[in-house]
Amino acid sequence: MPVAYIPRTRDLYSDFIPYRWVENDFAPFTPLTKPVAECRIAMLSSGGIMYRDQPRFHHEDASYRRIPIDAMPDELSVWHFGYPTRDAERDVNCVFPLARMRELAAAGVIGALVDPAFSFMGGIYSARKVRDELAPQIVDELKRAHADAFFLVPA
Amino acid sequence: MTSAIDITQSVKPPRAVFVNFPLGHQTGPPDQPDLQRRIVSDAMRAFDAITAPGTIVELPYVWDANDRSWEDVDYTKGWMPARPSRDVADRLEAERQAKFRRR
Repeated sequence: MPVAYIPRTRDLYSDFIPYRWVENDFAPFTPLTKPVAECRIAMLSSGGIMYRDQPRFHHEDASYRRIPIDAMPDELSVWHFGYPTRDAERDVNCVFPLARMRELAAAGVIGALVDPAFSFMGGIYSARKVRDELAPQIVDELKRAHADAFFLVPA
Repeated sequence: MTSAIDITQSVKPPRAVFVNFPLGHQTGPPDQPDLQRRIVSDAMRAFDAITAPGTIVELPYVWDANDRSWEDVDYTKGWMPARPSRDVADRLEAERQAKFRRR
């Protein structure tokens, strides 16, 4: 049985006013014009990944980090207050499967892995901030990188 | 991707792949590259397979066939491990900065 996270959030934060989840009326959709094996795919994680000495995230942080796709595991760190990060700190591929995406690009499953990958810290209370500040910047990055699609891994 | 199907049904992204794993393990358990690779590969295949807006494909992977107790505990009070104190966190952060500035 999949976990129902909306009621769990209400209970976990029962001392606060109930969180207003985003409710959209429809799913936007642009069909891909070519098979994924010919596509440039960008990877994006909300798990709070940082590269080398990139600054740590903080609460209500709408900034993002560019992660070079040739980053080695010991060059990646995790900061997030909203999920248990022990396993991600041990193996970042739990929430930021960079090594796996590199392998799939080499094997031709995807056309190419966009460089850089991106990460932000998804524990942002304000959906407006994400929509109006973070998302447009990511869209600009993806357009600059000529990404055909992006792969968003939540944490 | 998603592990929280009710949130995804509310947000309605163009396409989604659901894996029923505890939070913090979206693309697999630590140190299991073969399973991680299967999950991510399935997600990439979904780009070709999904043609109807808002489709959520559910992958068949099971976190632990012998123990589903994590489903009762995930995202409930007491589920998050205690965080390091501010002092410890700041010290660890200073160490990280120093390590990479040296290199």
